[in-house]
Amino acid sequence: MTATEAPMVLAEGVHKRYGRVEVLKGIDLRVERGAVMCVIGPSGSGKSTFLRCINHLEQINAGRLWVDGELVGYRQRGDKLYELREADVARQRIEVGMVFQHFNLFPHMTVLGNLVEAPLRVKREPKAEVHERARDLLDRVGLGDKAGAYPRQLSGGQQQRVAIARALAMRPKLMLFDEPTSALDPELVGEVLDVMRGLADTGITMVVVTHEMGFAREVGDELVFMDGGVVVEAGPPRDVLGDPKHERTRSFLSKVL
Amino acid sequence: MSETPGAGPAPEEIKAVPVRHPGRWVGVAVLALLIAMLVNSLVNNPAYRWDTVGKYLFDQRLSQAALVTLQLTVLSMFFGVVLGVVLAMMRLSPNPILSSAAWVYLWVFRGTPVYTQLVFWGLISILYPSLGVGIPFGPEFVSFETETVITFFVAAVIGLSLNESAYMAEIVRAGITSVEYGQSEAASALGMQRAQIMRRIVLPQAMRVIIPPTGNELISMLKTTSLVTAVPLTTELYSKSREISLALFQPIPLLICAAIWYLAITSILMVGQYYIERYYARGSQRSLPPTPIQKLRTRLGGLKPPPAREAGPAPLSAQRSTEGGTE
Repeated sequence: MTATEAPMVLAEGVHKRYGRVEVLKGIDLRVERGAVMCVIGPSGSGKSTFLRCINHLEQINAGRLWVDGELVGYRQRGDKLYELREADVARQRIEVGMVFQHFNLFPHMTVLGNLVEAPLRVKREPKAEVHERARDLLDRVGLGDKAGAYPRQLSGGQQQRVAIARALAMRPKLMLFDEPTSALDPELVGEVLDVMRGLADTGITMVVVTHEMGFAREVGDELVFMDGGVVVEAGPPRDVLGDPKHERTRSFLSKVL
Repeated sequence: MSETPGAGPAPEEIKAVPVRHPGRWVGVAVLALLIAMLVNSLVNNPAYRWDTVGKYLFDQRLSQAALVTLQLTVLSMFFGVVLGVVLAMMRLSPNPILSSAAWVYLWVFRGTPVYTQLVFWGLISILYPSLGVGIPFGPEFVSFETETVITFFVAAVIGLSLNESAYMAEIVRAGITSVEYGQSEAASALGMQRAQIMRRIVLPQAMRVIIPPTGNELISMLKTTSLVTAVPLTTELYSKSREISLALFQPIPLLICAAIWYLAITSILMVGQYYIERYYARGSQRSLPPTPIQKLRTRLGGLKPPPAREAGPAPLSAQRSTEGGTE
């Protein structure tokens, strides 16, 4: 399969175990280029674990996972898989941005410092260019005046917007969101979702683990419902939310909608 | 009548009689008495021999010895910290051989008295009369006599550093584990690699936890250098003051001289620690605590508080509006 035709993310029979607990029991998924896929499900269903597998923060135990046609975390030669060296894993992650539930901004750096750290030190891009891009990104997320502030001086919603800008500063081709609004006060959720909505309009591929059904319905191209480590149901959000086929989906939605 | 809260004239300010604290005043009186007695005895007891203290405090032999003490402290602490960081990394390594090797090292060097270790390093030339560079179990290219390479000063630095590194390893490890795992995760998601994450993300944050106990260690190291007579190295502050006092038959005044030197060096180190701590507090609080000088200024300047200092440089583009953003 050539890189241009390949879907952005392709998962085939992905399994993940922690000790004896099987968290993912065979996930098959396909995220097309430019698509926004939302993943919902009860806690413990494996949705965050799956997201973390996509950029190899978790190592999968069975199955195959490709990002942009490239096997994640391994190199295949014949029938044999070779673990990638640290540098190669890091190189793969450059292409994939990730936003965490608890922001995980670097508290000892200013907002601007957070944004320019990886482009300067990982990609070794020219300083002037990186700083200009970082300021543009901060403007885009509405925080142009906070470049010199430290993360703890910002509200949760502002911190999460900085975290999104930090991921975008690497110019990834895929963005992963791990419950980006779950740690926020309700009145701050909107500002983060607005940024994500704007991002979806730019055509970047996004996988979003979320509890925001409204966002999933409006912005998502595809909705996946996971439970017990498997994909129970997937399809256009309108169909899954409006007319769920499975009993488990129905009972989950009846609790959250 | 339904008046909105906050409206209307401001209520009269409360002027109540404050609670008295008679117990505190008794305590203050007792303390004042004790201090007066102490000062009296310091001044009037001739055995202190303050004239001798004054005569020898800035004696060149003592200031030279203070310099040796400072050199021992700085060098031993430097190597202690470097080796301590390496040991901490080994302890945290997923490789069981590396982590248990570090554990055994800690067990030996924390488990034996530093005095014993110093005696041992002084005797190293008996165990290994010559040192050489070559292929392990193979031929030797260059060889030295141990006594010429490992002088008493070098032996003292080795002994103090190795002992210190065991304690520093635990302090560094505590600092590293105090940094939330999400920080490393976020950094690796950005494509950073382990060494880079450690240097740029984890250690700078761990410093907040590492610095205060390291300051303790530094001050403690300053005083532990007085044990290097065990090597035997006798050019540092304590040995020198003993030497002079033995010649004078006046042990007390020179002990006081040495104590004053130790106190002076400690005070300088404490000031340094304060500012280093303040530097690494960047971003951990919403605004940095004022320096003692700033505090003093506020006090002298009456009730006017100083302009609140932000923990970082002022926003570079304060004028830029957030309009058109997503708020």
